Amino acid sequence: MQKGVMRPGHVQIRVMNIEEALDHYCNLVGLIETDRDEQGRVYLKAWTEVDRFSVVLREADEPGMDFMAFKVLNDAVLESLSADLQAYGCDVENIAAGELNNCGRRVRFQAPSGHYFELYAEKERTGKWGVSNVNPEAWPRDLKGMKAERFDHCLLYGTDIPATLKLFEDVLGFSLAEQVVDPDGNRVAIFITTSMKAHDIAFIDCPEPNKFHHASFCLDTWDSVLRAADLLTMTDTPKDIGPTRHGLTHGQTIYFFDPSGNRNEVFCGGDYHYPDHEPVTWKAEDLGKAIFYHDRELNERFLEVLT
Amino acid sequence: MFQIQVLGDSREFRCGENTSLLSAMAKVGINCIPVGCRSGGCGVCKVRVLSGTFTAKVMSRKQVSVAEEANGMALACRIFPKSSMVVEVVEKKLKK
Ligand code: FES
Ligand SMILES: [Fe+2]
Repeated sequence: MQKGVMRPGHVQIRVMNIEEALDHYCNLVGLIETDRDEQGRVYLKAWTEVDRFSVVLREADEPGMDFMAFKVLNDAVLESLSADLQAYGCDVENIAAGELNNCGRRVRFQAPSGHYFELYAEKERTGKWGVSNVNPEAWPRDLKGMKAERFDHCLLYGTDIPATLKLFEDVLGFSLAEQVVDPDGNRVAIFITTSMKAHDIAFIDCPEPNKFHHASFCLDTWDSVLRAADLLTMTDTPKDIGPTRHGLTHGQTIYFFDPSGNRNEVFCGGDYHYPDHEPVTWKAEDLGKAIFYHDRELNERFLEVLT
Repeated sequence: MFQIQVLGDSREFRCGENTSLLSAMAKVGINCIPVGCRSGGCGVCKVRVLSGTFTAKVMSRKQVSVAEEANGMALACRIFPKSSMVVEVVEKKLKK
């Protein structure tokens, strides 16, 4: 049952060199810089997003994800979800409006997977970048690189996937769209959604908590995914895998790394999900096909290379 | 070009001072050091430098601590040789 969590809102990613990271995320991925703050964090957005930012880069001495946030319908929903999280037994940290520029108050909690998540209701709405909201053109002409359309989801590796699923389902109203189940019936991966998308966030079981696998950005077509692959070669950017198709969600995809070793994905297409849909199940024995639908073989980098 | 040797592997390879050890290895199809993010973040390419000199780009502190760095530990994707080198693979996570 949906509980007023609308969509992924932002992700804060640690990078080891902010200028190299900006070259990567802006000139290659095609995000747009919209702000900087006194801590030195840089705020970016993809052009179809209506809010001021969706990606925050923070310079640090190790890469990884600081937190990911979801936008909720309004402040009343934020208030009640905050109470629900606490009643469920989560420690909730209240972060004042303005700690992130142009963002309202945030409610932060740690999932059993070890990752930090935030909910918020308000962020400055600047509208889509480069197009009007009245009689809009199809796309802005001065986009760069891969021309990412939207920050779409993260895949995270962490501990206690069953408890993480329960929290997202019972408290936050997410729905399980796809899962990977081992022969003993344990869920080793969950793809969960608060929308019609095949996933707004996904988790894979891992002995170490709070690991970052990738942040994913949506492109319009398979042609754009191939063009993204060309750009990786032209810029000598480390590619991980693809262009290929995932079995899970059936999206068409390519993985690559930012200059600090954080994995990125750009993808297009994929399945849809309504709350009345039964979850799609992949067998852990067939994980190769579930992840890389064409190769049908698991590459160890997929499981072991994390930040 | 400098000669690079990975302990326990007979296939030596050559690496220029503007190429990372890991990328010089991968370009000639050798896989004795595991290849991950190639950007100093994931740590799978961690090696111990047994001999030789090099320069290093910034490496994730989570993967190579200050003490380890002082003891010759490094990420092969972030080091650039200044002489011939002998290194030893320390991270056995990835099998190939
Ligand atoms: S390959 Fe990831 S740190 Fe070198
Ligand atoms: Fe993804």
